[in-house]
Amino acid sequence: MTVKIGVLYSRIRADEKLLLSELRERGHEVVKIDVRDLALAVDEAPEILADLDIVVDRCLATSRSVYVTQFLSAYGVPVVNGPETATVCADKVRTSLALDGAGVPTPATNVAFTTDSALAAIESFGYPCVLKPVVGSWGRLMAKIDSRSAAEAILEHKSTLGHYEHKVFYVQEFVEKPGRDLRVVAVDGEPIAGMVRSSDHWITNAAAGAETTALEIDDEIADLVAAASDAVGGGLLGVDLMETDDGYTVHEVNHTVEFKALNGSVDVDVPAAVVDWLEAKAAAEAAGEDGETTDGTELEVTH
Amino acid sequence: MTTCPECGADVTLHDDLEAGEIVDCTTCGVELEVIETAPPVLDRAPELEEDWGE
Ligand SMILES: [Zn+2]
Repeated sequence: MTVKIGVLYSRIRADEKLLLSELRERGHEVVKIDVRDLALAVDEAPEILADLDIVVDRCLATSRSVYVTQFLSAYGVPVVNGPETATVCADKVRTSLALDGAGVPTPATNVAFTTDSALAAIESFGYPCVLKPVVGSWGRLMAKIDSRSAAEAILEHKSTLGHYEHKVFYVQEFVEKPGRDLRVVAVDGEPIAGMVRSSDHWITNAAAGAETTALEIDDEIADLVAAASDAVGGGLLGVDLMETDDGYTVHEVNHTVEFKALNGSVDVDVPAAVVDWLEAKAAAEAAGEDGETTDGTELEVTH
Repeated sequence: MTTCPECGADVTLHDDLEAGEIVDCTTCGVELEVIETAPPVLDRAPELEEDWGE
């Protein structure tokens, strides 16, 4: 079955090109939707969103991703990842609460709203510890704090220069990872592939130039990935893990996951696996729980 | 081949060009966004805003 699939984007990166070419090769009808062109009414879907079997959200900008998926959901257009997942993953505080609430091991975290209470939180962790923006990516604006004087300086800078999101201080224990961390891309908790990112720098991010090699996904990792995925609402996700003396800890879950680096590191055809999953999602949506669409009309499934 | 809207130099484009893609002008170094593909139309790429990416 071929589907009519919408691809929401604000920038076409290598990841989106891989996805688009895989979709087109399989004969699916692809509708590219630049979110910058959209004006979303609360009561009626724009024409470009009509008749789409499924939409995949590839917006880079978090606020766009969070809002546009809510509109799609309200219009009854199936979208991956869904608004719940986007909302949780876009915000480190929500992610931490979701992971911890689901019993997924995650680094010890404190959130504070003033520089005084943030400094107290930092002192309670001891040095080094980590200060992160609650919204952010590619390891940007993360600070590893080695001393009280550094803590005071960074907190002062943040309170003086910061956007209001930087008035929420997210303080995390520093995990002594062995120069590397792990990234697993999964669909609804099922791993597609994983990679090890190694760097001499404490931020082991592929976008920041870390070296990548294939990761062998053992049962422990697979179970944690499934649990983390469930905790944030499922979908196409990048789950970041670090190794500690007591096993793995999940420190981040990304909802608009980049897979170019992963695709280059493993034998698995990552875009093909993603499209397999999108096809299955679209088919499940078309079949529906009771063979009817959400507005009660009969479905026409073309094969 | 098309022209950089910033510096006027020729920009060589690859075949599988995609609207929304970012290409670099090798002459002036500016980031250009592909607005249309057939024929190619380029414009200065928007700056990165707020949180981009993962
Ligand atoms: Zn130029």
